Amino acid sequence: MKKVIMSGDEAVARGAWEAGVSLAAAYPGTPSTEILENMSLYKDDVYCMWASNEKVAAEVAIGASIGGVRSIASMKHVGMNVAADPIFSAAYTGVNGGLVIVTADDPGCHSSQNEQDNRLYAPHAKLGMLEPSDSQECKDFAAAAFEISEKFDTIMLLRMTTRVCHSKSIVELGERGEAVVYPYESIPTKYTMLPVNARKRHVIREEKIKEMEEYSYTSPLNKIEYNDSKIGVVTSGISYMHAKEAFGDSVSYLKFGITYPLSAKLIREFCGKMDKIYIVEEGEPYLENAVKALGFNCLGKDVVTCQGELDAEIIRRAFGIEESGESTEKCALTAPDRPPVLCAGCPHRGFYYSLGKHKKDLVAVGDIGCYSLGASAPFFGFDIGICMGSGFSSAIGLAKALEAQKDKRKVFGMLGDSTFFHSGITGLVDAVHSKANVCLCILDNSITAMTGHQDNPGTSKDVMGYEVPSIQITDIIKATGISDKNVRVVDPVDQKEIDSAIEAAIKSDGVFIIVSRRPCVLIKEVARANAGAHCVIDADKCVGCKLCMKVACPAMAFENGKAVIADPDGCTACGLCAQMCKVNAITKAGE
Amino acid sequence: MTTNILLTGVGGQGTILTTKILSAGLVELGYDVKMSEIHGMSQRGGTVNTQLRYGDKVYAPNIGLGEADIIVAFEKVEALRALPYLKKGGKIVMDDREIYSMPVLTGAQSYPHEAAEELKKAVGDVLVVSASKIAESIGNIRAQNICLLGALTESLKLNGIDWEALIASMVPPKTVDVNLQAFRAGVKAVQGR
Ligand SMILES: Cc1ncc(C[n+]2csc(CCOP(=O)(O)OP(=O)(O)O)c2C)c(N)n1
Repeated sequence: MKKVIMSGDEAVARGAWEAGVSLAAAYPGTPSTEILENMSLYKDDVYCMWASNEKVAAEVAIGASIGGVRSIASMKHVGMNVAADPIFSAAYTGVNGGLVIVTADDPGCHSSQNEQDNRLYAPHAKLGMLEPSDSQECKDFAAAAFEISEKFDTIMLLRMTTRVCHSKSIVELGERGEAVVYPYESIPTKYTMLPVNARKRHVIREEKIKEMEEYSYTSPLNKIEYNDSKIGVVTSGISYMHAKEAFGDSVSYLKFGITYPLSAKLIREFCGKMDKIYIVEEGEPYLENAVKALGFNCLGKDVVTCQGELDAEIIRRAFGIEESGESTEKCALTAPDRPPVLCAGCPHRGFYYSLGKHKKDLVAVGDIGCYSLGASAPFFGFDIGICMGSGFSSAIGLAKALEAQKDKRKVFGMLGDSTFFHSGITGLVDAVHSKANVCLCILDNSITAMTGHQDNPGTSKDVMGYEVPSIQITDIIKATGISDKNVRVVDPVDQKEIDSAIEAAIKSDGVFIIVSRRPCVLIKEVARANAGAHCVIDADKCVGCKLCMKVACPAMAFENGKAVIADPDGCTACGLCAQMCKVNAITKAGE
Repeated sequence: MTTNILLTGVGGQGTILTTKILSAGLVELGYDVKMSEIHGMSQRGGTVNTQLRYGDKVYAPNIGLGEADIIVAFEKVEALRALPYLKKGGKIVMDDREIYSMPVLTGAQSYPHEAAEELKKAVGDVLVVSASKIAESIGNIRAQNICLLGALTESLKLNGIDWEALIASMVPPKTVDVNLQAFRAGVKAVQGR
């Protein structure tokens, strides 16, 4: 069979496809996004959809499973919080066609707001769990997960981490199996979680977990490597790879592929033979607690941090073995920071610049998306940013708190178009319903930009490339019954327009809404239309006042006392800088 | 024996495509290969690191501090930033191109133009290849990455496969010519030393 180099995400998609999956749903989120993107390569065999959020994705997959086909829902770790409600109850109903939920955790917060360890969901919700450690295992485990799901009538959690999702290694490809389809049967006692049914299903669930633990004991997905019996390492996922780098063949390994239910028999058998036991795992002491609960002394989180990612060097240091590398001499210089920034031409820039002019009259709550970049220098656009959707809902609470203190400032809540569909609509409805004194802003760049340009309910294509109806944000706003005079749709690059909207919002009582609308400059069609367009600065006219530099555009620089368009390829001629110039030195090239 | 390569640059410079081509070549040469790339926020003009490890059998995909045999930097200060990853006796291949970050553009921080010279003092083996200038003279500065790939494959003496055919199959069709020229220029830049 053909061998190729693949990322873990690609391999999960491949494994699910080979296993005869028929439906895949997801909401984007690093590092899980590429699973559905790659799944859509198989769109002739698999129906693929970007759901408006993770709860919807999980529920769609649950419906498909009960309907009798193999289905998969993928999400980043925090997405699993959003999807937890259906997952906890569907854990009781069990499946018809195999059902796999992929959680992609992000130790080290490479692109996330926390480092939660979703392995803890498996015992909590009573899901089976597999943890691959490289791309080959991603493919094999994804396929195995469907088998186990059907065998034990259980939802399977496929737990990955950033280094597994985004690392590439060699994978041996297989063929597409037949789509696995079971007839749909109406069994309300199994699939309707009324208390009377749920109680019984819970009993069955506990029995199934016991059976799975038996299965786990003999499963080839768990591996024991006996070398020396002085030290035994218990590990799983990417941590196994780091442990192998650090210890090589000098120790024995118990590597769990099935991390829920953990086979107690396997732990006893392995640990009973070892003089000392080390637990190597990122995040929480998940394996460690299981080993300790069986009465074994072991060394784990006392020496290995629960923060960030592990690597071989960290493990060597933690367990006191010789370090391999020795850094070279230090260089006397330090590199200037290179934080990510809003792109040249980004519509969010105009919004934040205008917001900054009105700071003394408002307090702002942000959200997660490219517009999160407006929280840092030089805009410092908002004070609070928690999770998707909270840009609107936490603004309601903040407004009530400020009102109680007679603080007259208007509370602004901001989120993007994808976030609006994800979990902003509920906050909008509640703001209107609770007469909150807020201005809710939708920074609509017509795409889910942060995670790499996925379609969302507002766009007119789906992930398979087909035309679909686009849902209008303004229609949803209208449906809340809010008066037209409290709604503005503006182009944020036009500072007069956006300034006037923000000023009207500050003066208003109750809910005001601003739809700040201009497409992301990285959308292919937009980039094509902008190709070659750029601004020029007349050096003779430029007085070096640096006003234009305040918009912090990465295409501009200040050289020899004058502003210049240093990167004309990056510049999109949006003209925001030109509006800043008091001496009309900036024009669009060719105008 | 495992060789560890860290490629570092700024979002948009093509470090990820370079690593892809490099790893495909290494697979063809019969090595076990693992590569690790972190993307997400880094698209927005931040630092992008990709790590590649090859040998008979490779376990972990990423490289810890002090473990890189070679750093390939697509931008000058990124070489400086990545230095803690370099092994004692390791090598740096770098472009002396300067790309200013926002704190530099706004004047909040200054850019150390002398970084290449200072790095040469700290690390014995530093090879500066003006890949972006070479690529620009060939006709497209974006071929900088493939020029550096040429310099890297030549530095590591990774011969025995048809790199040019591989590049031709992996870069955008319209850019094949310019990329092949850039690759050859990168190889030549090393051979001359
Ligand atoms: C629950 C949850 N799911 C997914 C993500 C990942 N994520 C962060 S921002 C974002 C999309 C933002 O898109 P949009 O609101 O349109 O803003 P843009 O980036 O386009 O400005 C996603 C999917 C997350 N942080 N939390």
